[in-house]
Amino acid sequence: MEAAVEPGNLAGVRHIILVLSGKGGVGKSTISTELALALRHAGKKVGILDVDLCGPSIPHMLKVQGQAVHQCDGGWVPVFVDQAQSISLMSVGFLLEKPDEAVVWRGPKKNALIKQFVSDVAWGQLDYLVVDTPPGTSDEHMAAVDALRPYSPLGALVVTTPQECTNVFSRGGGEELARHAGVPFLGSVPLDPKLTRSLEEGRDFIQEFPSSPAFPALSSIAEKILNETPI
Amino acid sequence: MEEVPHDCPGTGSAQAGRGASCQGCPNQRLCASGAGAAPDPAIEEIKEKMKSVKHKILVLSGKGGVGKSTFSAHLAHGLAEDENTQVALLDIDICGPSIPKIMGLEGEQVHQSGSGWSPVFLEDNLGVMSVGFLLSSPDDAVIWRGPKKNGMIKQFLRDVDWGEVDYLIVDTPPGTSDEHLSAVQYLAAAHIDGAVIITTPQEVSLQDVRKEISFCRKVKLPVLGVVENMSSFVCPRCQKESQIFPPTTGGAEVMCQDLQVPLLGRVPLDPRIGTPLESSGQSRKEMRARVLAGWREAGQVLETPSEESRTFVACVSRRERTASVPETQEDVEDTSSTSVPPD
Repeated sequence: MEAAVEPGNLAGVRHIILVLSGKGGVGKSTISTELALALRHAGKKVGILDVDLCGPSIPHMLKVQGQAVHQCDGGWVPVFVDQAQSISLMSVGFLLEKPDEAVVWRGPKKNALIKQFVSDVAWGQLDYLVVDTPPGTSDEHMAAVDALRPYSPLGALVVTTPQECTNVFSRGGGEELARHAGVPFLGSVPLDPKLTRSLEEGRDFIQEFPSSPAFPALSSIAEKILNETPI
Repeated sequence: MEEVPHDCPGTGSAQAGRGASCQGCPNQRLCASGAGAAPDPAIEEIKEKMKSVKHKILVLSGKGGVGKSTFSAHLAHGLAEDENTQVALLDIDICGPSIPKIMGLEGEQVHQSGSGWSPVFLEDNLGVMSVGFLLSSPDDAVIWRGPKKNGMIKQFLRDVDWGEVDYLIVDTPPGTSDEHLSAVQYLAAAHIDGAVIITTPQEVSLQDVRKEISFCRKVKLPVLGVVENMSSFVCPRCQKESQIFPPTTGGAEVMCQDLQVPLLGRVPLDPRIGTPLESSGQSRKEMRARVLAGWREAGQVLETPSEESRTFVACVSRRERTASVPETQEDVEDTSSTSVPPD
């Protein structure tokens, strides 16, 4: 029933990072995008796989919404966000006829597309594949983990905001959670209107706003990930 | 329904169980027998159950983290301020059930009786149900695929003994998927008044919310209106207003004009709204008073340019109360060509 796993399309990908959060609206897509940009600035080739099928935000954040996806022998060609082809992206956003079209699918259909995104996209040679997920712990997450497991993902980057449910204006919650769960705490990113605006306009925050409050935090997080991943 | 073939024609399709891709699927026999296409008997049962529920409102958003649960909780509190109004709050966010915490009901349990599951009553006239009450620990992850989530939602609608209810508010997870389809399908025969859609001002949120409005039109669910949350940030110290989530494409106001849906109101990002829900060690009565006070104070910060938003804010702060939630005359396009794909 299932086709044999094609080693081809992910064979050239060195490290895979899943970006997760149980909670919505904490900044998963923001962090996925900024991490990709920061890794790109460190000279790495990065792919972003957006498996949020109901709310695919990444194309807009990188100013490539509306682009078409082409086919090649190896499968679908991911969309390059820049001339240098240093960041490539696959998202259901590119497959919609109209941008406001809702993807109203139940689990099995979502699972099938995610499997295709993993096996049928010709990623080529990548240093990092960042996988952005929707909120929750359901079909998309299980499908992504199942499909990626044979390729030994580096791990998961969990994004939270500090509060219990998600308190925007207290401190320390994320660090507390990391300590409680026995996982490394990578950093705190402050709410920064320049960051929000940057993502709204599809700009490269890392390049354009190095003196902004969120920049040191984001750079430090990228630095930690680079250090954890031997060349 | 865990493993489904790649080209599954959908359990409701004429090809169900008969297509080439059905070979080897564990559900092939079931589909071929036509069982998948028969209407779910639960729909009629839920219709009966919902006869004692006057108004049903879904709180939706395409986007996560915009404040659906916070809003649902406040709306429930606001409506229940009149002790003669019976309010029910149903949380169908199975993976991320925030309502127990937001309502100060963490750790409460659900009891069974002869007439079904009893909701947890915060007040005599305010009952709450959430999967959060069924977990042994708040940190337990509910890692369920669609079909299992659907089953839970069916039970919530069919088996909870709400009693006579004036308003049933249904808090949903972000997206346009199993939970939303199930809520709409199971309540199909019971008449939903409509959906309130929550957004924040920035385009990243609006683009998901437009999809949510498309979803509502696809499934013929009236859109009662949109609430723009986190409109501006009011610093608790200096009272200065700044925009954390800039409305780069005009915010909810422009979107509502474009899509011909009412803008019900704008709510600032104000710790006075969120914090009462977080602080522990206060009694439920104290928490409730702070919730309502915070809402009123925040409401005064807002510009309320339109009649609809004044009505909305007033509704929650109980200065005037509408007898029934107004329905919008939606020019719903014929969706027969874009009907929800059978599953």
